[in-house]
Amino acid sequence: MIHQNAAEMAQALSAKEISSVELTQAHLDRIESVDGDVKAFLYVDKEGALAQAAGVDADRAAGKKLSPIAGVPLALKDVLVQRGVPTTSGSKILQGWKPPYDSTVVTKLKDAGVVILGKTNMDEFAMGSSTENSGYGPTFNPWDLTRTPGGSSGGSAAAVSAFEAPLAIGSDTGGSIRQPAALTGIVGVRPTYGAVSRYGLIAYSSSLDQAGPFGRTVLDTALLHEVIAGHDAKDATSINAPVPNVVAAAKSGDVKGLKIGVIKQLQGEGYQAGVLARFNDSLDTLASLGAEIVEVDCPSFEYALAAYYLIAPSECSSNLARFDAMRYGLRTGDSNGASAEAVMAATRDAGFGREVKRRIILGTYALSSGYYDAYYGSAQKIRTLIIQDYAKAFTAADVLVSPTAPTTAYKIGEKVDDPMAMYLGDVATIPVNLAGICGMSLPAGLADEDNLPVGFQIMAPAMQDQRLYQVGAALEAALISKWGGALISKAPALIGGAR
Amino acid sequence: MSSLSRDDVAKLAGLARIEMTEAELVELSSQFGMILDAVARVQEVDLTGVKATSHPQPIENITRPDVVMPSLSPEDALSGAPAQDEQRFRVPQILGEE
Repeated sequence: MIHQNAAEMAQALSAKEISSVELTQAHLDRIESVDGDVKAFLYVDKEGALAQAAGVDADRAAGKKLSPIAGVPLALKDVLVQRGVPTTSGSKILQGWKPPYDSTVVTKLKDAGVVILGKTNMDEFAMGSSTENSGYGPTFNPWDLTRTPGGSSGGSAAAVSAFEAPLAIGSDTGGSIRQPAALTGIVGVRPTYGAVSRYGLIAYSSSLDQAGPFGRTVLDTALLHEVIAGHDAKDATSINAPVPNVVAAAKSGDVKGLKIGVIKQLQGEGYQAGVLARFNDSLDTLASLGAEIVEVDCPSFEYALAAYYLIAPSECSSNLARFDAMRYGLRTGDSNGASAEAVMAATRDAGFGREVKRRIILGTYALSSGYYDAYYGSAQKIRTLIIQDYAKAFTAADVLVSPTAPTTAYKIGEKVDDPMAMYLGDVATIPVNLAGICGMSLPAGLADEDNLPVGFQIMAPAMQDQRLYQVGAALEAALISKWGGALISKAPALIGGAR
Repeated sequence: MSSLSRDDVAKLAGLARIEMTEAELVELSSQFGMILDAVARVQEVDLTGVKATSHPQPIENITRPDVVMPSLSPEDALSGAPAQDEQRFRVPQILGEE
């Protein structure tokens, strides 16, 4: 039963063919059997999950009205706080911390009866693209355990890909949902900035961060999207508008007469041949379904990566100042009358990993007087140009598309000592974040040269998230019919787990 | 080729309140030239007359009625404190001896 889609599980739950406790236990068993190899989870909340499942079963027996995915289990990225459950954001500086409150995403999941299995591994404070920057060791890609699952939401993506959970929550600041979805052969959506509340999402780069859903199908992802989205007065940047009807769009899936814009700048040099081949197959499929394929020019995208690696580190250098060893988290060096300042510096040295330090220092530099205008100021202006490029492109096309990532999953350790090589993997996902719009990655097939999953990225204007699901569902259905089954069914069986 | 010396990195680390070992300072300084060259590409574009975007949404000054709302209890607020004393956070010395 763990190999079903979330929508099928929800159906079985609602028909009382199975209980949420049974479904939750089956996933806990799967975690027990494969997570020693995958290492998707930092913390498995067995008792909490079973108690939550029992509550949903009782509500169902009592005839209470339940959400469409009540009783379905989920894996939660460790960047979101959950009251009483250890939350680290992948950092040693928060080891052992139990948050005193629930993030809005968690509140919404609990209200909808979605069962939270535990917290998933991630690059420390979501800074990274491979989950190797976690303070607790890397997560391994279920398609090939010698490779990374991508990042920063690598634990969540791997959990869904390895059938440890049918659904997961990630966060996407520069591609951290879409890129791991691509590398693990599943669906991931970064909703429009402000569509999902950031209250209780441990901040990395506040103007770019956005939580979003993972699933094995476009419809599953839409069902979760609808649960977590919506206005929240606790987040001042939350959009006060109705949630786009993503579930209806995922069910209708149609591209006839739609204009699909291929971004000239997000293909070609630097992209793996097998990635481009699957991307072009998908375009052919969309054209055969009646979509019109056009090319659009976004010249400022060439500078998106540079702008991102100034804006995000600048915001992080400010956001991470809260880890001061005074109110929560790690404190070291507090002896012999050491000053608060010395304790803070010693704690941040001991608690932060290399990449986090690198970005804080880069941000501190970019914001320092004398360099501010040349670096941070220029990056903010590039951001305006990117928004203008998108606005123009969306007058020529209903959605825009590109490969999600330039390559398939790479080996653990391959890029960890070369920060620039790692940063280049975000080249196709970053423009969406800078513009605050929405994007989806869905499986486009396997690359010929390495038999690893390739992601197809769809982008839509702000608060037009339903377009992602409409186009994604149509492409997904056509590809599954062409392949004779879902891509994920081709993933290798994991040790200890029968497929 | 941009560069940042070991001393520059040490100064930034001080501003960011991160103690660093000599090895870390040297490593970061050696990596920074390449990273700064890459990000300095933002200066290649003519940005005359372009407005800066600090935030992707055209919203500002979100307010709420000035009424008391539920918030963390003192016990919850102190629950993760490294040290506490009489319902307060206990912190290291913040002023000099004199």
